[in-house]
Amino acid sequence: MTTMEIAPPERAAKNPGLQTFLGRHASLMPTFAALAILILLFVGAQIYFGNFISARNISALLLDNAYLLILAVGMTFVIVTGGIDLSVGSVMAFTGILLAKMLGTGIPAVVAVPTILVGGAVIGLLIGVLVQYFNVQPFIASLAGLFLARGLAYVVSLSSIKVEDTSLLWLQSTRLKVGDWYITPTGIIALLVVVVGALVMQFTRFGRTIYAIGGSESSAHLMGLNVARTKVMVYVISGVCAGLAGLVLTAYTGAGYPRNGIGTELDAIAAVVIGGTLLTGGRGYVLGSMIGVFVYGSITTVISFMGAEQSWTRIIVGSLLLLFIVVQRAIVARSERRR
Amino acid sequence: MPGQGFTGHNGRMDQAPPLLELAGATVRFGADAALDNVDFRMLPGEVHSLIGENGAGKSTLIKAITGALPLDAGVLTLEGEVRHFASPHDAQLAGISTVYQEIELLPNLSVAENIYLGREPRRFGGVDARAMRRDARAVLSELGLDIDPASILGTHALAVQQLVAIARAISTEVKVLVLDEPTSSLDLDEVAELFRVIRELKQRGVAILFVSHFLDQVYEICDRLTVLRDGKLVGEFRTDELLRIDLVHKMLGHEAAEIRGRQREPAAQADVQALVSARGVTVGTGIVDADVDLVEGEVLGVAGLLGSGRTELARAIGGIDQLQAGVIRIEQKDRHLGSPAQAMSIGIVYSSENRRTEGIVSELSVQENITLALQAQKGFFRRIKPARQRELAASWVEALGIRPPDLDRRAGTLSGGNQQKLMLARLLALAPRLLVLDEPTRGIDVGAKADIQNLVGELADNGLSVMFISAELEEVLRVGDRVAILRDGRVVETRSSADVTVDSVLALVARPDESESEGEA
Repeated sequence: MTTMEIAPPERAAKNPGLQTFLGRHASLMPTFAALAILILLFVGAQIYFGNFISARNISALLLDNAYLLILAVGMTFVIVTGGIDLSVGSVMAFTGILLAKMLGTGIPAVVAVPTILVGGAVIGLLIGVLVQYFNVQPFIASLAGLFLARGLAYVVSLSSIKVEDTSLLWLQSTRLKVGDWYITPTGIIALLVVVVGALVMQFTRFGRTIYAIGGSESSAHLMGLNVARTKVMVYVISGVCAGLAGLVLTAYTGAGYPRNGIGTELDAIAAVVIGGTLLTGGRGYVLGSMIGVFVYGSITTVISFMGAEQSWTRIIVGSLLLLFIVVQRAIVARSERRR
Repeated sequence: MPGQGFTGHNGRMDQAPPLLELAGATVRFGADAALDNVDFRMLPGEVHSLIGENGAGKSTLIKAITGALPLDAGVLTLEGEVRHFASPHDAQLAGISTVYQEIELLPNLSVAENIYLGREPRRFGGVDARAMRRDARAVLSELGLDIDPASILGTHALAVQQLVAIARAISTEVKVLVLDEPTSSLDLDEVAELFRVIRELKQRGVAILFVSHFLDQVYEICDRLTVLRDGKLVGEFRTDELLRIDLVHKMLGHEAAEIRGRQREPAAQADVQALVSARGVTVGTGIVDADVDLVEGEVLGVAGLLGSGRTELARAIGGIDQLQAGVIRIEQKDRHLGSPAQAMSIGIVYSSENRRTEGIVSELSVQENITLALQAQKGFFRRIKPARQRELAASWVEALGIRPPDLDRRAGTLSGGNQQKLMLARLLALAPRLLVLDEPTRGIDVGAKADIQNLVGELADNGLSVMFISAELEEVLRVGDRVAILRDGRVVETRSSADVTVDSVLALVARPDESESEGEA
């Protein structure tokens, strides 16, 4: 009665190469979707305006969004573990105003810049320790970080502080040109952060542990991975990135301002999610987050090209976010069904 | 090297020194001992099984071996050395690897990473992905598994994931391999493949703990087995010397208590109409093509081993799980039971075997627990007046003898038996017509057990139909007017309790020893 002719379900199709690729990179799909949207945006805007895809415009995209890119990289680390960091906007404002203040009192940039990076790291460490050792929800712990950093920013100064320091302004004013293309040192910093972030996430044990925690924290623990240290570290990394974003933003605007970056943490989260990172953790790419930032930045640019109200950026980004979360949910549901 | 030249079946096993030994192992949760002074040993190169019903202490013992739970008393010895494992990882480093029933892997990472993460090959300070894939391919082919090591684990079938978990376990220096229900998601071919791997590991001198509720498989692969009941050791046996029926006997225990049986008039049943008649009930592979009939005022006992489909049947009839095939007729009308609430609205209520997680709300008071379902059924805008609530709760506490009779006490602080009564009170407050009770007497004291058994009888005498599931056969026969016997997801027989004995039911539950040769191709 029992026969052994139970055929394995034939899902390997005609194209083994594609099958292998999908088997290995199924989680890349949302990122590809983001890339498709980015291309669509560019092509559509080019057709509509005629002069959208230009060296100047695309160079400006990196320049204008360098700080957001840096924040998004740090945020990717945190979200892939399944956490969230709401503090980054405030930390960016705090480190930015602190930097401007220190430079204003004559402290050299070589001292001031490391100081603010350490400042960002300390706030990140605080959040990480709260999350890991006091079992506080990442949302709440980083909300505390948000208030703390914002308060500290106001303590440093209630009003804008202009930066006169030449080395800092150099970061922004220098334009390395190739034809009409240009890049500023702030842009280079942002791209470096992306490259380092991507390498660490993909090719180090620390990076793979981040994914492992997002996949299943208890399994990662059972496998003997250092869950506690990794979870604290991602918040420290996000804090350092926020500090770096503070530096870049201060250079970009030429001043520190304690009200900078209100709500920017949400922009960063939106960019990360649009870039294909799963909010529940375990899947996502730093390069995807970069695409997410560019999608976000392009929408802003398109809106200003149209001369429309910038509140439309929010509405469009909001709709995109909704769409992406639904798409992700569908992909996850599908992969769960297959098991 | 222990285990060299040692052969599983005809060697003199008892003379080889044990590879792993537990002496006087005790693990307590609060006042209850989940494991009570148990001795356990595993020899090199043997396949050993751990047998017992739910709550017998199997998983506690596994956790004690694998470092997931500390021993409150007793000693663990590995290769003659006393060891204390602080964590599963600690135990793994010492050579004890575990493959858990709920596969503890990372579905979002590649197969290769799932095998090597935590001890991956390094190159330039990073992970050497190429070497890792190469090594993974080698380990996987040992298991006869031809999959792309770079593919994402979650894209594979559960059976493949299970084999990957085993690949991870055997890619280390494994001395003791614990397989907790490894075959529950495998089909026949895959089980055969797994057994081939197990035999190979055995040849290498690895001691394998094979925990499964599939007795066929236990008999096929295991050399010896240890039986636990209620956290205590029943005994250690050689598989080839223990008849299956004796094993089931030892698993379920045999209370010498006299079987009272409810006194009922069989003639009375003829003219009572059928309340429930279910045909061809199928939910996944848990319960297949089951027929169940219940008349008004009847208690149907359900007997079967763990994994026989007894809970699946209860959940299907109780409207918790959706049927994939079959119909449920209530008073000759086809009824689709889409949700527990819908089932309740036609008078079917279900009480889960998991008292704490699916039963009482431990943070709420006794009174709130009792009125919860009734209030939900009435709708939250038609509030039951506080005085009425109190009166209602007090009458149920009185009727069921819930102790202490304190309406404001937090339900979580009650004993197991009283929590069970509390669940019953909540359901009875709905004035149901069919009560589905899944292991209502599990883990509660003898007095409360008797109370619940008597209560079920009284309720039935008053016209309520009851489906009564228990792992204890005596109890099923004592309480049930008829008994449905389940095995491997099917209803094997339904008989009047008067016509059967514990031994004849045991034989049906265990499956006769002769019919084992099928399934070999």
